[in-house]
Amino acid sequence: MLIRYLSQIGKYFLMLKEVFNKPTKWSVMKGLILKEIDDLIIDSLGIVAFISFFVGGVVSIQTALNLTNPLIPKYLIGFATRQSVILEFAPTFISVIMAGKMGSFITSSIGTMRVTEQIDALEVMGVNSLNYLVFPKIIALLLYPFVIGIAMFLGILGGWMAGVYGGFTSSVEFIQGLQSEFIPFHITYAFIKTIVFAMILATIPSFHGYYMKGGALEVGKASTVAFVWTSVVIILANYILTQLLLAK
Amino acid sequence: MIEVKNVEKSFGDSKVLKGITTTFETGKTNLIIGQSGSGKTVLLKSLLGIHTPDSGTISFDGRIYSDLTDDERRALRTEIGMVFQGSALFDSMTVEENVGFPLKMFTEKTPAEIKERVDFVIERVNLIDAHHKKPSEISGGMQKRVAIARAIVNNPKYLFCDEPNSGLDPKTAIVIDNLIQEITQEYNITTVINTHDMNSVMEIGEKIVFLKQGILAWEGSKKDIFKTDNEAIVDFVYSSNLFKKIRKAQNKEE
Repeated sequence: MLIRYLSQIGKYFLMLKEVFNKPTKWSVMKGLILKEIDDLIIDSLGIVAFISFFVGGVVSIQTALNLTNPLIPKYLIGFATRQSVILEFAPTFISVIMAGKMGSFITSSIGTMRVTEQIDALEVMGVNSLNYLVFPKIIALLLYPFVIGIAMFLGILGGWMAGVYGGFTSSVEFIQGLQSEFIPFHITYAFIKTIVFAMILATIPSFHGYYMKGGALEVGKASTVAFVWTSVVIILANYILTQLLLAK
Repeated sequence: MIEVKNVEKSFGDSKVLKGITTTFETGKTNLIIGQSGSGKTVLLKSLLGIHTPDSGTISFDGRIYSDLTDDERRALRTEIGMVFQGSALFDSMTVEENVGFPLKMFTEKTPAEIKERVDFVIERVNLIDAHHKKPSEISGGMQKRVAIARAIVNNPKYLFCDEPNSGLDPKTAIVIDNLIQEITQEYNITTVINTHDMNSVMEIGEKIVFLKQGILAWEGSKKDIFKTDNEAIVDFVYSSNLFKKIRKAQNKEE
């Protein structure tokens, strides 16, 4: 069992090496990157905006409902919303959701190409199929921090609207909380995590799609396995990066 | 010409190819036939470089594949056209984009030159009004034509076809067979077709290589099939009553 996992990890890193080998012609690659930006980034904005806005609102309401002690200032609602959204919700929670959305899309599209011999066709023609298929996804996901930035903004906006219009806090108190004890490095930390998660989101589902064997049923199974492993690796990477970047 | 010398290939304990030696000639339709599990797909994939033989050599007009560097292999692959069993067209591209793909990838042609060449080969394979359609919007027969057009667009020296007739009705299958043969002769290509369609064998089998349990059991032309006493090929080809009658009639005529 352990040997199987180690062999899969080794195969994953060999795949990464091959992704950067024998680059596809730039005139072709340019089109592929733009297509991936559309499929992976632009198409994700709607769901990310929706989830961020409402989860931000829920964080705000739940914080407010738990502040039963009158001595605790109301601005903590804004403070807690900011901290939750910036540190964990936007980079990590959204990435786990994206492991399902983007991840299953990547695995199933590459897996279907494998099943229908399209990858063999690329290889027979002399195309480095890994570079052709995976590299544009990695480049497109360099824009992933932009998605997470939107998630942060909308999460806090949702928190503010739920807090203020729900009658839990005033706008002034909420904004005071947002500004209170702000540590700029937390933004850096969140975006470092985001870049690492983007790399994970682009490559682990690609790995599961590229090396899958079988037919249509196996494409579905590979998508599920890819989601599970992408989520697991994101959660582990989150823990390791938090320990490295925030622990003193 | 493709020369195969003593090629062996095993998967685990199972020896799939047992010392295959043969040649596939230029300007001819060379057919690899045999029952399922006889090793013909493994042989075709070995010719394509998808499988690496355990021993033996495969040479393309004197270039021994195993001796080539990675760059030389990639260069050689641009001389190869392949028609896959399921056509393997790129779903996200239109017919025109599929056909033009090898040109876009491997040549420095301008978009206008690519368009001109694509239009020419699309017309050559008799595809009408399909330029802007996606593969899912056209029939199986048309998909095969697109696959053939894509395979020949970059003027390949070698054309490989894996079961080009699978899933096609007999009439369309004959049209596809004839198209492959015409293209082979017209452009002087070394064509290797993997099939177990006996109609193809009788229609376009200029050179036939028969594999049985990983061994080259017989080779010859479609005319030789009528005369041969080789039990293995006779059993295989004349397993249907129709072909038994054809053989009998053919031998009577002679």
